[in-house]
Amino acid sequence: MPSDAPAANRSHLPLVQGVPEGLTRNPGMPLDLDWVASVQANTSAIERRAASLPGRRSVKKEYQAAWLLKAVTLIDLTTLSGDDTPGRVRRLCAKAVHPVRQDILDALGMRPITTAAVCVYHEMVPTAVAALEGTGVPVAAVSTGFPAGLSPLPLRIAEIGESVKAGASEIDIVISRRHVLTGNWQALYDETRAMREACGEAHMKTILATGELQTLRNVARASLVCMMAGADFIKTSTGKEPVNATLPVSLVMIRAIRDYQARTGIKVGYKPAGGISKAKDVLTYLAMMKDELGDRWLQPDLFRFGASSLLGDIERQLEHFVTGRYSSASRHPMS
Amino acid sequence: MTVSQIFDSMDYGPAPESAAEALAWLVDGGSAFGHFIDGSFTRPGKGFETRNPATGAVLARVTQATQADVDAAVKAARAAQPKWAGLPGHQRAQKLYALARLVQKHARLFAVLETLDNGKPIRESRDIDVPLVARHFYYHAGMAQLMEEELPDREPLGVCGQIIPWNFPLLMLAWKVAPAIAMGNTVVLKPAEYTSLTALLFGQICQEAGLPAGVVNIVTGDGAVGEMIVGHPDIDKIAFTGSTSVGRKIREATAGSGKALTLELGGKSPYIVFDDADLDSAVEGLVDAIWFNQGQVCCAGSRLLVQEGVAERFYGKLKRRMDGLRIGDPLDKCIDIGAVVDPVQLETITRMVEEGGAEGEVHRSAAPLPEGCYYPPTLITGLHPAARLMQEEIFGPVLVATTFRTPAEAVALANNTRYGLAATLWTENVNLALDVAPKLAAGVVWVNATNLFDAAAGFGGVRESGFGREGGWEGLRAYTRARGKAKALKPVLPAAAPDKPQVEGMDRTAKLYIGGKQARPDGGYSRAVWSPRGKLLGHVGLANRKDIRNAVEAAQAAKGWARTTGHLRAQILYYIAENLSARAGEFAGRIAAMTGQGGKTAEAEVAASVSRLFTYAAWADKYDGAAKGVPLRGIALAMHEPVGVIGAFCPDEAPLLGLVSVIAPAVAMGNRVVAVASGAWPLAATDFYQVLETSDLPGGVVNILTGSATELAPHLAGHMDVDAVWSFSSTDLSGVIERESAGNLKRTWVNNGRARDWMQPDAGAFLAASTEVKTIWVPYGE
Repeated sequence: MPSDAPAANRSHLPLVQGVPEGLTRNPGMPLDLDWVASVQANTSAIERRAASLPGRRSVKKEYQAAWLLKAVTLIDLTTLSGDDTPGRVRRLCAKAVHPVRQDILDALGMRPITTAAVCVYHEMVPTAVAALEGTGVPVAAVSTGFPAGLSPLPLRIAEIGESVKAGASEIDIVISRRHVLTGNWQALYDETRAMREACGEAHMKTILATGELQTLRNVARASLVCMMAGADFIKTSTGKEPVNATLPVSLVMIRAIRDYQARTGIKVGYKPAGGISKAKDVLTYLAMMKDELGDRWLQPDLFRFGASSLLGDIERQLEHFVTGRYSSASRHPMS
Repeated sequence: MTVSQIFDSMDYGPAPESAAEALAWLVDGGSAFGHFIDGSFTRPGKGFETRNPATGAVLARVTQATQADVDAAVKAARAAQPKWAGLPGHQRAQKLYALARLVQKHARLFAVLETLDNGKPIRESRDIDVPLVARHFYYHAGMAQLMEEELPDREPLGVCGQIIPWNFPLLMLAWKVAPAIAMGNTVVLKPAEYTSLTALLFGQICQEAGLPAGVVNIVTGDGAVGEMIVGHPDIDKIAFTGSTSVGRKIREATAGSGKALTLELGGKSPYIVFDDADLDSAVEGLVDAIWFNQGQVCCAGSRLLVQEGVAERFYGKLKRRMDGLRIGDPLDKCIDIGAVVDPVQLETITRMVEEGGAEGEVHRSAAPLPEGCYYPPTLITGLHPAARLMQEEIFGPVLVATTFRTPAEAVALANNTRYGLAATLWTENVNLALDVAPKLAAGVVWVNATNLFDAAAGFGGVRESGFGREGGWEGLRAYTRARGKAKALKPVLPAAAPDKPQVEGMDRTAKLYIGGKQARPDGGYSRAVWSPRGKLLGHVGLANRKDIRNAVEAAQAAKGWARTTGHLRAQILYYIAENLSARAGEFAGRIAAMTGQGGKTAEAEVAASVSRLFTYAAWADKYDGAAKGVPLRGIALAMHEPVGVIGAFCPDEAPLLGLVSVIAPAVAMGNRVVAVASGAWPLAATDFYQVLETSDLPGGVVNILTGSATELAPHLAGHMDVDAVWSFSSTDLSGVIERESAGNLKRTWVNNGRARDWMQPDAGAFLAASTEVKTIWVPYGE
């Protein structure tokens, strides 16, 4: 797509250093049911590929340190608990702005970094926006009756507007799983399309809740429909389903992203969420994105990790690289 | 690069696996190795350097075995064999179990050493080769344990000579050694000269396992050593994995020697992608098919067949994936493609692509190619079936591709090859998958997967990809034989023309039976058949090579027989038995007249023949395959398929029972037969075709020739459209048949001049010879 696309379609996210290419926002497209119906996902083959991934790619020493720092910048640092308070959210925001101890960054010769965003419930958006003012770290709000998405549609749409009004620049919506499970792609498309419109300038991440879609074929088809409806990101999970982000699910979703780009020229982002808590896992995810989609998808405008405890493990690994000694969680500031 | 720079570039960096321990092991061995004979290592002798193909660095010196070395190894194996075979199965099982455990304990050393010596990526040696090696010894420890209970009628062959290739040095060793020693054989194994090191390390773990001296012997060297093993008079069996051309030479060299032989040879295996496949997964499958081990895999899916409607899309996805492959230091844990095994092999691949690539469009991976012994992943599209690269094995990371329109055309293209090792097909339609898989000429078929291996699932080919299976119960047939010693077979000669012939009754003309019709012999010659008392019993035609040609054509034309149900074949065999029974007296009279035997003996032969037909009618719908317990979510089906067209030289001594014993199992399993009747007493066979004619057997399923077995043997055994030849003739045809069979590497089953008791059915042997085991892997899951 030309870079002089209409302003409404241009990304509001800051351009990332070292990435010359701007990003054209996904305008969506008419629902193409033939395409949706033709999608195949061979579970067994996908699982084999996923299982062999960690053995095929290995990143060591300074490369590992750099990749882990990159991962930090891709994290949507998240708190989605019933007991969230303004104080807890402010602490999270502080961590998002200073995710890695300064002495470690210094030792690595690394400029300051932040996480990609902070992700909270609607009620916490104003607190987060205030806490992050001037830092460049955006606030994402989970929305549309998160996590089940079963409140009345008008309320779900309205909730998006409220969060955008409150200052959220990214909205993580949940899809209606029942539309996928009943094969009602038109309903899924219409609903998601309406949510996208409600988002306006804010970017929309569509959470498929893949653990509840059961089959990889469903995941592939739902991914495609959400992209057709204008999703900026497709995201695996709310973190509340019994099974969250997995490598097989990720492969299916990023292959759908690849096909969507091949057909439309539009790059859509990917966000695995839930269950990613180890530094080792993010290296595999990064390698998978690099190999399956290309280096362009290693930047925060196209790749995020939804995670809460991951950062702690990365910090310990980074300190290990710097000192040669295995680290302890107590040595790193908590969020 | 600094951390900050890498943060921006997000490149992969080096991730080397340390070679220190493996190199230390080589140094500890003096960087020079002798053979492993009779439980210990010999002093290093004259030999050659073995190099790391990735760097060209010399790893060690390996000894070229002399005839004296091979003799010593065979002698040790021979001496150890009776005691080893005499051990309770449980004792052998314990040793195999120890070997499995030791492979696991030394897993990384084996993997690194393999990668150093062979050039394959460490991921493959670490995650695929070595675990499969351990699995093979575990599995066959179980076979040793169960042998007495489950295979009471089988015994070991004795001393096995085993010659293995350089592409999976340790894994091929395991595939050869584990079943052999589990069954009580002893072995003399020769690794490939490029890759001897892991075999020598294996010799060391044989010591650590307390394996009795002489059970496993390893001699190193080049093809000359292989020839010494093949030609050694005190070796009972040769097992070879390698090229079809060498396999053919071994077939010729062992012809008539009485040595058992199994061959696992080359391939040009089709990889079929239907338009409803998960294309991304099929692309990924190709990475494991043709870019696994640099494409140096006998069963590599090297011939891509894509349904036309999705071809361009598929090629696009494939090229993108190829460009992302990482080529380089095999010891790097982040490398997909390692080094080609040797500069000689690199040169061969390069030349083949240079000479043949222009017939299509060549796409080379855009990935950076390091200096040295590396070849880029290559795709050649737009090739026609006639293109040389479509037909010949390249044995490198080169994929050739063409398109097809329909499933039937996919099958036709897939089978348009001299080879038949493996095949892969991708479709989400279970009906299509299960329809196509049995139609593919291959020993192994993978559905929606590729290059899956397991000790429980038989592996091996059809056509010029060799014969015999490795793995599973079927693999044990390659290392055992029926218990007991067979007597020498005495020649049975026709009664000579009498001085005073007695000629009575009306002249009757026995003809050849070809394609369901009685046919005069092409040559126009006949011979008289006399009773021992000088009575003229009739004349039979003398078939020649053209009659063989006609009979084979008729048999090929009757290929629909292979697709009939076992139930139908059973009914027809029962009906043949019924019609034979109705004419029992006549047949008994004929046998008595020809043989001069008493009437009771002749009657017994007819009765046994009727019973034999019942036996195989019974088996026609009961010789079931198996579902193998392979370690994945899915099934590996071992299906019994007919061999195809079987040429059979029937026994002379039992003119009717011998014919029936040979024809019935073949027909019951769906084969077509060209049978050459008893040379001395052919009239029972020519009478028998009248029974066939009245029994609803489709024309061409059984063809009966009469004439000189000696004259016909080279033509039938040499016929390229015959899949197997058996000989139970009392004329010694074993040598000529085995030698002539080398042309298309057809299966042979010859008597080596040994007698068989035809009153015993021995159905197990006949059914096994009448079938090929095809392993169909079907992983599943939604």
